[in-house]
Amino acid sequence: MNPSNQHDEKKPFPWHLVFFLGPGLLIYVIFSVYPLLDTLVLSLYNEQQGQSHFVGLQNFITLITDDAWSHAFWNALSNNFTFFAIHMLVQNPIGLILAVLLSSPKLRLSGTYRTLIFMPTMLSVVIIGFVWQLLLSPIWGISENFLYSIGLGEYFDAWLGKESSALITLAFISVWQFVGIPMMLIYATLLNIPDDIVDASVVDGANSFQTFWHIKLPLILPTIAMVSILTFVANFNAFELIYAVKGALAGPNFSTDLMGTFFYRTFFGFQLQQGSASMGAAVATLMFLIILVGVMLFLFFIQRRIQRFQF
Amino acid sequence: MFNVRSASLETKTVTKLTCIAAIMLGSTGIAQAANGLSIESWRSDDANIWSDVIIPAFNKSHPDATVHFAPTPPTEYNSALQAKLKAGSAGDLITCRPFDTALDLYKDGHLANLNDLEGLKQFSDVAKSAWVTDDGKDQFCMPVASVIHGFVYNKEIFKELNLSVPKTRDEFYKTLDTIKSESRYIPLAMGTADQWEAATMGFQNIGPNYWEGEKGRKALLTGEGKLTDKAYVDTWQELAKWKPYLGRGFEAQKYSDSQNLFTLGRAAIYPAGSWDIQTFNNQADFEFGAFPPPVAKAGDTCYISDHTDMGIGINASSTNKEAAKIFLNWMASKEFATLYANEVPGFFPLSNHQIDIKDPVAQEFMSWRQQCESTIRNSYQILSRGTPNLENQLWNVSAQVINGTMTPEAAAKEAQDGLAQWYKPQQ
Repeated sequence: MNPSNQHDEKKPFPWHLVFFLGPGLLIYVIFSVYPLLDTLVLSLYNEQQGQSHFVGLQNFITLITDDAWSHAFWNALSNNFTFFAIHMLVQNPIGLILAVLLSSPKLRLSGTYRTLIFMPTMLSVVIIGFVWQLLLSPIWGISENFLYSIGLGEYFDAWLGKESSALITLAFISVWQFVGIPMMLIYATLLNIPDDIVDASVVDGANSFQTFWHIKLPLILPTIAMVSILTFVANFNAFELIYAVKGALAGPNFSTDLMGTFFYRTFFGFQLQQGSASMGAAVATLMFLIILVGVMLFLFFIQRRIQRFQF
Repeated sequence: MFNVRSASLETKTVTKLTCIAAIMLGSTGIAQAANGLSIESWRSDDANIWSDVIIPAFNKSHPDATVHFAPTPPTEYNSALQAKLKAGSAGDLITCRPFDTALDLYKDGHLANLNDLEGLKQFSDVAKSAWVTDDGKDQFCMPVASVIHGFVYNKEIFKELNLSVPKTRDEFYKTLDTIKSESRYIPLAMGTADQWEAATMGFQNIGPNYWEGEKGRKALLTGEGKLTDKAYVDTWQELAKWKPYLGRGFEAQKYSDSQNLFTLGRAAIYPAGSWDIQTFNNQADFEFGAFPPPVAKAGDTCYISDHTDMGIGINASSTNKEAAKIFLNWMASKEFATLYANEVPGFFPLSNHQIDIKDPVAQEFMSWRQQCESTIRNSYQILSRGTPNLENQLWNVSAQVINGTMTPEAAAKEAQDGLAQWYKPQQ
């Protein structure tokens, strides 16, 4: 350290900070912050015949209380919660189990399994939707014959076309596609657990289930929490799979309508329905708020209580 | 800004940037060339026909004109056109969607008024109705083509089972019963997964016979008729009767599945739009024919959905309006009508000329115009302006009626309630 610096009252302006942070910040502001704020502002306006005027919260009130809109809105929201619940109850536990199995040192070819299970995540949703529609198709699909060959043929149905099963089927397809992500994240955390802790538990007489339950699970909880929040955000932004398989009208009888498809119809319009930018912005704002509230609740009630361990 | 910057760069970079700019412009439909005309369209399937047949034919009589056909894929057309019109880079001639989509463009000042266009005299009022203002005063697009609904059938299967073409509803269901009981063929190739077939090939196809075409459609507009009237409930009741004749798992059967079932010879009858003719010509290796929606009793007046689907107008900010008008007048001629009908079978010219169509199935469809009364889809004019959207509702309830998850009465009530929420004459 040069002592003369301490006497120098004028510190040079930290240009390097501007230099390194500037470009990123600029891109973030232009492409993320500004559109977001603009959407929030747009949702407070109403557009008619090319003239837009300020209406305050009217769009939101219409959306939540007016019969023409609220029915579709609540339907999409509740479908979205079902969609999320299925991911939490199926995708993440399966991801966890796969990660534990993969990290077992006795497993051979674990690299191959890892790649294969992660593969669907890298495919385009449109391809996934197309392939699964073919697999499940009552006309050309192989799933019916497959079920017959294992003696369950009578349970086969046109799942994607029935109001009672379409959303669940789509959720399972989505689970199949994205199960690789929780698996990878949890797997990486499991690999980080030092062997000596596990060895110590074995020396203490714990069997492998006890080792998992008392040693490994507490150590990967922060990752599971993070996976949950990622699932939440991804599910409430979900749109592509439904659009690729069922179209923007999310049939039958809107049983597969999610917030994303509802937004699409509102903002861009559909067939003879003219799109409305301001109403669409209101739906987008509500989606943003729902996700924001969800993430905040998570931060306050769960994230703060999770203990992190340093090895 | 782009130009100023690039000027200060090295020549090489400038060339590169110009190339990029040229490519970008090219993709948004160039041909703003001197005295050239550029056509905006969503019929990218027909691009070759325009550039190889139609435009050369125009050039025979008008050798100086250069016309460029610049299509955008159908799903992107509306938004892409909107953006181009706002930016001032749209072509001189604009292909118009029917009713409100085009009407909005006219109201926003993007389409020129065509009231004094000579060629318009070649079209009937019904044909022009899709592109006039609500008060009927201003015409902003010239009709080009319509699509007709009906049923297409596999002639070989009909021969094998000794079936004749059904004329009445009783005969229609007898035919379906025979196919169902005496063969392994699927009687009716239609699914409800995409929903629109249920409304377009189902409801709007057989419906005009019940609501007497234009009469019923006009009554809905004035509020004298309601969707809960007997005619509409009966239409949905007939749709509900289709269920046992559809293929197994039809709830998950998509539009392309239905097309494939028919062209592979696994289904006997296909509720069709005339645009399917092209696909079937390419894919089916058997002979097929067509019949109009069956009527109640032999000798009843038949009604067909002859839906005005495509028009063409002039960009209000075009610098080349005179040339555009010459082209439009040529499009109203018999020469164009004959060319178009034969090159794009299944899209029928709307002008009053008598023309010969060589494709036998297209000819069959076209011949119904003489025997039957024409109407258009009843949800298209004005009735789909509000929320909830009538067209979307018709898709939804028609699909549910066929699936058996909704009664015809409930379907009628839901559609009527939706319409009554915002449409004054129906309240």
